[in-house]
Amino acid sequence: MNRAKLLGLQALVMVVFLLIWHVVTAYPLFGEVKTIQFFFSTPAAVLGRTFNQLIGPDIYWHLGITLTETVLAFVIGSAAGIFFGFTFARQELLAAVFDPYIKAANALPRVVLAPIFALWFGLGIWSKVALGFTLVFFIVFFNVYQGVREVSPTVLANARMLGMNERQLFRHVYWPSALTWMFSSLHTSVGFALVGAVVGEYLGSSAGLGYKIHEAESVFDVTGVFSGMLILAIFVIAIDALVTLVEKRLLVWRPGQSSTTTT
Amino acid sequence: MRQADGETDFMELHHPPQHDAGAGEMSPAVALSGLDITFHIDGGKRYKAVTGINLSVAAGEFVSVVGPTGCGKSTLLNAAAGLLVPSAGTVGIFGKPLSGLNRRAGYLFQADALMPWKTALDNVKVALEPMGVSDAQADARAREWLGRVGLRAFVDRYPHMLSGGQRKRVSLAQMLIRNPEILLMDEPFGPLDAQTRQIMGNLLLDLWSKDRKALIFVTHDLEEAISLSDRVVVMSAGPAAGIVADYRVPLPRPRDIAEIRLEKAFHEIHRDIWASLRVEVQKAYAMGDGRELVEGDAP
Repeated sequence: MNRAKLLGLQALVMVVFLLIWHVVTAYPLFGEVKTIQFFFSTPAAVLGRTFNQLIGPDIYWHLGITLTETVLAFVIGSAAGIFFGFTFARQELLAAVFDPYIKAANALPRVVLAPIFALWFGLGIWSKVALGFTLVFFIVFFNVYQGVREVSPTVLANARMLGMNERQLFRHVYWPSALTWMFSSLHTSVGFALVGAVVGEYLGSSAGLGYKIHEAESVFDVTGVFSGMLILAIFVIAIDALVTLVEKRLLVWRPGQSSTTTT
Repeated sequence: MRQADGETDFMELHHPPQHDAGAGEMSPAVALSGLDITFHIDGGKRYKAVTGINLSVAAGEFVSVVGPTGCGKSTLLNAAAGLLVPSAGTVGIFGKPLSGLNRRAGYLFQADALMPWKTALDNVKVALEPMGVSDAQADARAREWLGRVGLRAFVDRYPHMLSGGQRKRVSLAQMLIRNPEILLMDEPFGPLDAQTRQIMGNLLLDLWSKDRKALIFVTHDLEEAISLSDRVVVMSAGPAAGIVADYRVPLPRPRDIAEIRLEKAFHEIHRDIWASLRVEVQKAYAMGDGRELVEGDAP
């Protein structure tokens, strides 16, 4: 199928969706229009509100907060994940001893930690960063661990026969292999950093996208909720596109580049 | 005697002068004696891969090892490389017992061994890093070597962008750039198609004949073994494989491995070696497929 046709069909899906939404909320098909609009708002109102928000300065401040939290959670979580992933992969005993605890910690739904983090780190950005950290850390940790463990034995034996010492093996073999695995989960980990930030904001904060949506919900402002969701979606797509760009640059050496884990 | 002086130069620094002038005779590059190698498989079982191996390869000698699939040919090579510690017997390298990795050997693996995240150039360059060669010098030498194996135009390609034959050429350059005194090759051309194998065989002979190093070449292809080497060693079917025959190949050099196969002398030696190899191949087949499962070539 050619690109124009595909884009046309994709646009058609959106138009049909908006049309149905509009018809249902503008005409008394399923009851009184006012009641329906209270529950579902209208596409025009949501788009209008979104547009107004996007031209005002206020939303960018909230976006900036969310972005800061996401980036911090991603960077700190990745750094810790890489460090522990490496350490555990190179120390069999350590990995064996901590195995059940790591599995248990990873099995825990992270949302339940949000109130605790709010208690520990306050309502500012750090409680959200902590929540994002717990999500990012495990993804990166497991991937780096796997990356180090699954280095091809032939590549490793060859590198050793070339006379490489531990430091050189680390630089030329283990490190690139681990990074590959980490990058292949880049979409997932960046996505989870964002989830941590938004969920944290949603559960208790005074700024950020999650806060905006929560604020609208608490006064039954459905238009505000939908518009917040729309802005969030645009934000996620923008970040994802950025990650794809980074990924393409970093993994040029990979055959048939295909890591499409979505957030 | 035209002795080690010129050939082993800097290596001598690490080794006290043990070649006393009176002895005259130079120690073999590789001497495997009374070698036993046993693998421990899960569940406490043991698998004796090879036993009672005595094999001596002189400096400058091209020796091929042939045998049925899974007879432990690669195991021998891994022992000579120091990737694998024998359960009994000794590995002597230029007269000294080997401990740890064999620093004087280069190894060409059957499977892809290039670092997939490095370009052809970087893969060859990195081989010089442990030797402390400066980056600029390593770059120039790596380019020269890639030119020698016919990949001048492919220096910036990543391994997945190269064909199987081209990847082997890069591996060959990566191994030879370090100028090892012993070359170990484990079915290096196994995965390649017939034409590419011939081209690679001629390339190998061409490079090898410039400064003859001791070379152990493991293959299951008898024609390849004869056309390349000075000696062909036949191994028996595993488990507990041993060496059953050792033939000299009296064919003149330089050789063209495609043409040499048409000569009468080639056919005669082929007939002789095949007579002993065939017995082992049949034995291996008769033993069935289960054996494959316990065969471990991994270091």
